[in-house]
Amino acid sequence: MITELGHFALILAFMVAIVQAVVPLIGAEKRWTSWMAVAEPAATLQFLLTAFAFAALTWAFVTSDFSLRLVVLNSHSDKPMLYKITGTWGNHEGSMLLWVLIVTLFGAMAAWFGGNLPPGLRARVLAVQSAVGVAFFAFILFTSNPFLRLAVPPMNGQDLNPLLQDPGLAFHPPFLYLGYVGLSICFSFAVAALIEGRVDAAWGRWVRPWTLAAWVFLTVGIALGSWWAYYELGWGGFWFWDPVENASFMPWLLSAALLHSAIVVEKREALKSWTILLAILAFGFSLIGTFIVRSGLLTSVHAFANDPERGVFILMIMAFFTGGALLLFALRAGAMEAKGVFAPVSREGALVANNVLLAVACFVVFVGTMWPVVAEMAFDRKLTVGPPFFDMAFSPFMVLLGLLLPFGSMMPWKRGQVSRAWAPLKGALILSVALAALVWAIQTERSALGPLGVFMGAWIASGAIIDLWGRTGRGPNRLGRLMRLPRADWGKATAHFGMGVTFFAICGLVAWKQDDIRVAQLGEPFDVAGFTITLDDVQRVQGPNYISTMGFATLEKNGRELAQLRPEKRIYPVAQMPTTEAAIDYRFLRDVYVVIGDPQDNGGWVVRTYVKPFANWMWAGTLLMALGGLLSLSDRRFRVAAGAARRVPQGGVPAE
Amino acid sequence: MTGLVRGLLVALVLALAMPALAVQPDEILEDPALEERARELSKGLRCLVCRNESIDESNADLARDLRLLVRERLVAGDTNDEVIDFVVDRYGEYVLLRPRASGSSLLLWAAGPLMLLLAAGVGFGYLRGRATARAETEADLSPEEKARLARILKE
Repeated sequence: MITELGHFALILAFMVAIVQAVVPLIGAEKRWTSWMAVAEPAATLQFLLTAFAFAALTWAFVTSDFSLRLVVLNSHSDKPMLYKITGTWGNHEGSMLLWVLIVTLFGAMAAWFGGNLPPGLRARVLAVQSAVGVAFFAFILFTSNPFLRLAVPPMNGQDLNPLLQDPGLAFHPPFLYLGYVGLSICFSFAVAALIEGRVDAAWGRWVRPWTLAAWVFLTVGIALGSWWAYYELGWGGFWFWDPVENASFMPWLLSAALLHSAIVVEKREALKSWTILLAILAFGFSLIGTFIVRSGLLTSVHAFANDPERGVFILMIMAFFTGGALLLFALRAGAMEAKGVFAPVSREGALVANNVLLAVACFVVFVGTMWPVVAEMAFDRKLTVGPPFFDMAFSPFMVLLGLLLPFGSMMPWKRGQVSRAWAPLKGALILSVALAALVWAIQTERSALGPLGVFMGAWIASGAIIDLWGRTGRGPNRLGRLMRLPRADWGKATAHFGMGVTFFAICGLVAWKQDDIRVAQLGEPFDVAGFTITLDDVQRVQGPNYISTMGFATLEKNGRELAQLRPEKRIYPVAQMPTTEAAIDYRFLRDVYVVIGDPQDNGGWVVRTYVKPFANWMWAGTLLMALGGLLSLSDRRFRVAAGAARRVPQGGVPAE
Repeated sequence: MTGLVRGLLVALVLALAMPALAVQPDEILEDPALEERARELSKGLRCLVCRNESIDESNADLARDLRLLVRERLVAGDTNDEVIDFVVDRYGEYVLLRPRASGSSLLLWAAGPLMLLLAAGVGFGYLRGRATARAETEADLSPEEKARLARILKE
């Protein structure tokens, strides 16, 4: 019964979305206030209906309703409750329902917080957002309906993919989708502005908080996925340049670029058409990501529901929205005249450089991801583009970006001088070079990567601190002023500092990791990179829906016990899938990562040990970036609704 | 009853082949320098039956065969390039995770640098344009704005 109500609510939401996509758009064109006013209640209603449908599906999973096809395929009555709930979006149909739920959520939020937008713009934004919703409602209802019943319900389900039964991955998709779909609202703003033919500072001010929010969610989502891969896949890799990872990384790069270019629109009324283009492309790449995951065009460890028919549907959605928006852009972009005047050496110039580097880096990832398909179709060459290519082709752009970052963030608007920006950064450069040289001198292997990471990390992080301190001006009580600086300044410094930490951690981890593979005999200690590990015992342990082969190991250093480690190999009998659960001793400066393998004929067990320096710094760095975004988002000047509030007095008498 | 279920489960577990995880201890070469080279080469070779995994990371049997092949060639005295050539001859360039910069793949390698040149050129052109746009925009004030400016300046 609840399932049918959910199904019905979904169809109703589809209907409401169609109305919301059409009526306000016409209203805005004809300046009919009553037609425009349809958008707001429709957005709220659409969200509530979709939320009800999603809740109904969740309920079916929670109660293990095996008359539902989707539940049978992806759940099991023995599964822990957490994964029954997260199993709702651990499959194609459910994840698309989550996707469309977030589309309607953002639409509703734009309606709730957009009270100060000009009515025409608001109606158009909500209509475009709803059009995106219509496409995905149709996709769900016609090709991927989660509410299909089975005539003869089986006794039990086939269980969720065991790899997905994990807290890190359980919350990875919702965050990622909040990011992907958050970009849809930027897209709606861009298309609405193109229809209106007007982009001004206020537009930049409205778009930026949405971009910030989407970027923060994407950052957290990607970090969660990477962290999951690190501890779950069993060899401590954290980024594989897999097509699906690239699919989430491209919108991240573009939304980071959009975040910065929207500042120029807001403060200087320049870079307008480029910003619009970025907003379109950022969401376009989100759609490409969805297409890559669902179509089976590119093989990937993530690809679920490889179905050409669905792929074609999403391709059509993508072609319609991206193509349509780009066409509109080609017709209207000429009307966006820049106003601000500035010299090449200026904050504006630095932000252009930021955008060039981020966009080209995204382009490299895109070309690398699509190249196997292109090479096969155009040149009849079957080849692979893997991590070694991306490491070589992508990294230089990030190094350049990192080198320029402290300069750029210190530059004044309009006109700057290299020497002026350079003066306060001298200390940072000397410190970074000294640290890098020190590391070069003490490290045993002469690899350049470690010192490079130290240099980049120190340069970016200390540059961020100097930038923040420089904002306090001169004279006494700078500390007090530091605390009273706008949150946006703190956000900028925090995010840039976090980027420095991430830079350092990635280089340090890759340069200094150590590993060891051996057959360990029970009770015989062995040494790895200064640590002593003893495999004391191996036992068979019964879990709720799996059977585990669990190693009991002791980690020691200089005779002092640091941790008891429990590496596991699990078998999920229902899904017939094995997983490895690494045992990790997380510490501030390093992780010790132990994996248990197969039993050997002589009674020993294969044990793999990895020492991963600064692994935690990587996640900390990405979290700092996200925190910086949140700080900036909480600045009262940038609150979602704050933009228009300032416009009101403009209509009044000039204050002279 | 539960004993029976438990027994069945254990039988099932035994029936499911436990996957071997990547490089096995028995594959490791005695000479650490050679082993180091073998690991380095393995990271650049694709496991043909896997999705986007190198043979160094993969659990598949085929990956193990390839790892052993690489080590065999190294022990036989091949240089790194000779080993790679040997593997590519047998399995095609599909096996390389880093495509060779030859023929049409030159495009792939050149795409980034070319795009950077193009984008930097366009970006710089835009910035130059903004720097010289000064005269126009200031002359562009509407009569109303000019009057306002004059009033402000008088005060």
